[in-house]
Amino acid sequence: MNYETVIGLEIHAQALTQSKMFCACSIKFGSEPNSNICPVCTGQPGSLPVANKKAIELGIKAALALNCKIEPSSIFARKNYFYPDLPKGYQISQYDKPLATGGWVDIDVDGVTKRIGITRLHLEEDAGKLVHVGADRIMGAEESLVDYNRGGTPLMEIVSEPDIRSAREAAVYTETLANLLRYIEVCDAKMEEGSLRCDANVSLRPVGQKEFGTKTEVKNMNSFKAIEKALLSEEKRHEEVLEEGGKITQETRFYSEETNTTSGMRSKEEAHDYRYFPEPDLPPIEPDDKWIEEIRQSLGELPQKRRQRLIDQFGLNTESASILVYDKPLANFFEDTTKLYDKGAVVANWLTGEVTAYLKEKKKTIEELDLKPPQLAELLKLIDEGTLSGKLAKGVLVKVIETGKQVKDIVAESGAQISDQGELNKIIAEVIANNTKVVADYKGGKETALTFLVGQVMKLSKGRANPALANQLLKEALT
Amino acid sequence: MRIDVEHVAKLARLGLTDEEKKLFGPQLSAILGYAENLNQLSTGNVLPTSHAIPIKNVLREDKVIPCANVDDIMANAPDEADHMFRVPRIVE
Ligand SMILES: [Zn+2]
Repeated sequence: MNYETVIGLEIHAQALTQSKMFCACSIKFGSEPNSNICPVCTGQPGSLPVANKKAIELGIKAALALNCKIEPSSIFARKNYFYPDLPKGYQISQYDKPLATGGWVDIDVDGVTKRIGITRLHLEEDAGKLVHVGADRIMGAEESLVDYNRGGTPLMEIVSEPDIRSAREAAVYTETLANLLRYIEVCDAKMEEGSLRCDANVSLRPVGQKEFGTKTEVKNMNSFKAIEKALLSEEKRHEEVLEEGGKITQETRFYSEETNTTSGMRSKEEAHDYRYFPEPDLPPIEPDDKWIEEIRQSLGELPQKRRQRLIDQFGLNTESASILVYDKPLANFFEDTTKLYDKGAVVANWLTGEVTAYLKEKKKTIEELDLKPPQLAELLKLIDEGTLSGKLAKGVLVKVIETGKQVKDIVAESGAQISDQGELNKIIAEVIANNTKVVADYKGGKETALTFLVGQVMKLSKGRANPALANQLLKEALT
Repeated sequence: MRIDVEHVAKLARLGLTDEEKKLFGPQLSAILGYAENLNQLSTGNVLPTSHAIPIKNVLREDKVIPCANVDDIMANAPDEADHMFRVPRIVE
């Protein structure tokens, strides 16, 4: 039988705040265990949570970027369950009245644009971190140690509609969302560090059937690539079970990258009974139009719009425009450079080629480099003037990046440039011999003829002559 | 109204003896029965109430204030190792 895969994703994105969702503890990563804890985030009796304004604003900002409707009134709710990483016996989340609902995001899957619906975006607090003793995972551990530093960290949970039809689409959707959240500066979206996490609901149904099949929830996918691999493997597992006439059990399954398979956690999974009820200690969130409008203004131009503008305005191809736009500082660097040097496509080529390759190799961001837009513009102008060949310019670029020196100094210092008087005089003699008419013009008082002759020296030396020295020696030769 | 005492006890991680189950069952049912009196009221024009007092948007600025009582909190840990809360095996 032919099956259709149906996937819905829940993305947990850590909001870029300084302090926790409901208390003033730091959310700094890598602190000593249990150093960023307080009575609120460890659930001491009598402590009272107060919501973080910045976290609410970041949630609204993300929701607006995802074309969601901000609900006029949303409330927090207690999700009750017992687990050692949850000190209060409940997680503060949002249930029937989330912060925002009903949005969408367009994803580009191998050249085809597809719109994925966003069911809702709500805010919640993260749990603490468990360190298992006696095994590297919970199964088989003799005991566990709990660090509550992460407990209470603000999370935005973004739930998609079951609009995703393949593992590939799921990976692209997650990456698109990560890029968007990073671009609008609400989340640093690093899957490897856990600031963006993804759970997937997967089911299969015979092609043409309307009802969904039984779903499983897949967890523990720590990269975009892992999402694609995990969901392909889970899809295959469903298909094999269904083909044999078996039934899928609704359960949570963990993906293992080593074996590239998913496995259930317990043999008999109990149905969850979270007994949600409104959190009495946190009043409703009711953002007024003015507040929402202010946040909307702070969004600025969204990446997909900017990408189209870069294509229209500078004639870039989709690929290089995408590379630029999903690295906001790189896109800003690009636009700043084009103000000094107007051939956008050339600037984009250098940034998405040489510069990006360098950044990847050194694991750096463009902001960490000494290279600034004026230097790149100067370098590109030197190529146009014939002072540097493209090949030499690449070497100069790397030296500028690594030494922080000015382009002209690097060019002067580099062995690539001919500064040897004897060698230059040979070239000059040849130019003079080949351009008798221009030489006569110059001697007759036409000063501008010199510029042409210098140009000829540059050309004959394949751009390697030191222009200033060539100028000086040429003058001497002509007097 | 009848209540599944065993299910509720399990959710609350309470171990009840058979005697306690017999004792608490009718009591909890009576409480729920009393709350059911509310069903006699006409609430068609009443909005669902999540909070008793009409306040909203009580928020704090995103500012870190380190807690002075971390040691007191750790002292509440039933068991501790490496400045972490030590808990027994989670899944069997
Ligand atoms: Zn705290």
